[in-house]
Amino acid sequence: MDNIAGTKSSLTWAVHISVALLVALWLFPTVGLLVSSFRTSDQIATSGWWKAAFPSEQNLIIRADGPELQVQEGDLYVIEGDLFEPGIEVTVSVYGVSSRAINSFVAGEMGGLTKGGDIIVSSGGHYRMTNTEPFTGSRGQRIFVTAITPPEFTLANYQNVLFDPDNREGMMKAFINTLTVTIPATIIPILVAAFAAYALAWMDFPGRALLVAAVVGLLVVPLQLALIPLLKFHNEIGIGKGYVGVWLAHTGFGLPLAIYLLRNYMVGLPRDIIENARVDGASEFQIFVKIILPLSFPALASFAIFQFLWTWNDLLVALVFLIDSTGDTTVMTKQIVELLGTRGGNWEILATSAFVSIAVPLAVFFSMQKYLVRGLLAGSVK
Amino acid sequence: MHPALQGLITIIVGVGGCVGYFYFSNQLLDKVLFPARGPNAGRNINRAGMIRPWLFLFPSIVALGLYLAYPVVETLRMSFMERVPGGGSQFVGLDNYRQMLDEPKFWEALKNNIMWLIIVPAFSTAFGLLAAQLTDRIKWGNIAKSLIFMPMAISFVGAAVIWKLVYDTRPIDQEQIGVLNALYLGFGGEAPRTWLTIPFWNNFFLMAVLVWIQTGFAMVILSAALRGIPEETIEAAILDGANPFQLFFKIKMPQISSTIVVVWTTITIVVLKVFDIVFAMTNGQWGTQVLANYMFDKLFRANDWGVGSASAMVIMLLVTPILIWNVYNARKEMR
Repeated sequence: MDNIAGTKSSLTWAVHISVALLVALWLFPTVGLLVSSFRTSDQIATSGWWKAAFPSEQNLIIRADGPELQVQEGDLYVIEGDLFEPGIEVTVSVYGVSSRAINSFVAGEMGGLTKGGDIIVSSGGHYRMTNTEPFTGSRGQRIFVTAITPPEFTLANYQNVLFDPDNREGMMKAFINTLTVTIPATIIPILVAAFAAYALAWMDFPGRALLVAAVVGLLVVPLQLALIPLLKFHNEIGIGKGYVGVWLAHTGFGLPLAIYLLRNYMVGLPRDIIENARVDGASEFQIFVKIILPLSFPALASFAIFQFLWTWNDLLVALVFLIDSTGDTTVMTKQIVELLGTRGGNWEILATSAFVSIAVPLAVFFSMQKYLVRGLLAGSVK
Repeated sequence: MHPALQGLITIIVGVGGCVGYFYFSNQLLDKVLFPARGPNAGRNINRAGMIRPWLFLFPSIVALGLYLAYPVVETLRMSFMERVPGGGSQFVGLDNYRQMLDEPKFWEALKNNIMWLIIVPAFSTAFGLLAAQLTDRIKWGNIAKSLIFMPMAISFVGAAVIWKLVYDTRPIDQEQIGVLNALYLGFGGEAPRTWLTIPFWNNFFLMAVLVWIQTGFAMVILSAALRGIPEETIEAAILDGANPFQLFFKIKMPQISSTIVVVWTTITIVVLKVFDIVFAMTNGQWGTQVLANYMFDKLFRANDWGVGSASAMVIMLLVTPILIWNVYNARKEMR
């Protein structure tokens, strides 16, 4: 297109800029979540994530060394140390020694301790507490500082959300549960649909056209209608709520698209190959397994991605067919909704949990985008 | 037992059972019922050939019938029934529908759903078309496309979390961590707003999430359609002196209009089923109820299966025109 007369217009720059803006706009919310998942709760609460790459002002609570480390200098008892690790560039502006007055003293100026004695915190974070009496107590003095700290990113949120065995709201179990739902719920409909699609594409029998029409019709039936009737049905046959139920439900709901996509693809396979195989005495089962399946790989892959994304991201089906009152079988989407309710303000937990659940689909998406696009085109453009 | 191991075993059993059915049923048909040898070999092969399609189709037909066709009928039936305390149910005619129509929450949901139905497909298609057209001509267009397409892979729940951070509100004396409030204050807003509780407009903040997700879908389909336009028509228009805007609106748009309709209807169906976003972000509070969430409320919170089923039928009714249109097109194509 580039060398067609007239396409290189003055609009080229405008196009580049508009696309850049559009991409930025679309990426911005996700990046926000990703960045937030690498920040501490303090950082998230005190500055917007878009400022994460710059030094930020934070209110910190740091405990000074305990009385056991005091030394005697003349008639003074002294505890001295640094609030921050050496090498970090910090600028303390104000400090305090009580949670009710966190900014009572300016850095570099002398302040008083509540239990007697003096304290001074330099802008570099060096502190020195002096008293004529020995310091007592078991723990060090709490020092509240308002400081400009360099950008800092941490993996602690992921450690906490994924690998902390004491964290009852952790995502590990939900992650495994989601996987347990997803894998069979992806493979079973493919298998079932592939056979059906082959029959609809290459076998002659009465009622074929009607069945194809039925599949197309069922493509758009809202699964909301299925919730209560099927839950009742599952309870009657004794499956109740559980993995078997959710697999069956996902299989049923995924089948129309699977059959439709695969049939459309299989119809387009060359007739000669199949007829030749029939003449050579191959059984239909052999033809299907040895010829049709390998040739249909692109369509199988497209549907597999759809179904994977859909089952991984699903909330409604899992809520209705899987998760019982014990919560042992909770999936990640449900877990996140619960966190939204109970931990609405704890963005470090929310962002990290959400990203754990988003990461896998994103990886699948970026590695297999080709098949996804192909499937979309086959599914909607006629 | 470790849950991962348990999962693995169930996976093997489930998938194995499925493969087993197809393999052994075919073996049974070919080796035992109608063996292709002996005096009746020819007749047997024919008979096996008549039965085999149904063998291949059997699991699909059962699953489709049970999980999609039967529920439609059953939900219709249940919408005329009411559960009686102590078990069982009785026929109540149109009472459930009458009760539903008397509820202001239902009308709120219907009104909101209609807004969703107009706005989300319109904006997704428009943005998608814009993105498709713009990225078509530039070198890094494919990268741009895949980034705009990316939200498709994100769950509605994940998207809800992402956008809740965008809409986050902090008290006025603290620094805003939600982008929208930071921008709002930056452009002279007086006090931070809690966006999701502003009546009427909060619906649009929810719709933005779905538009964000669906634009990529629209873009991918429309981009393929744009590429499919014959070059001659474009060249001819350029030679005749059409400017880029005329080229787009007068030459390209008419040629991809049928694809636009397909994209529009596909997104419409997604919108009709939208549940997760509302459920996770506002749960229908502050006047943001939609039909799918209303139905979920009725079914599982109020435990009112009658009204729940009636509202499900309303969703079905809204989908029906698309269903008929699709089937009609598919039949036309088969001939």
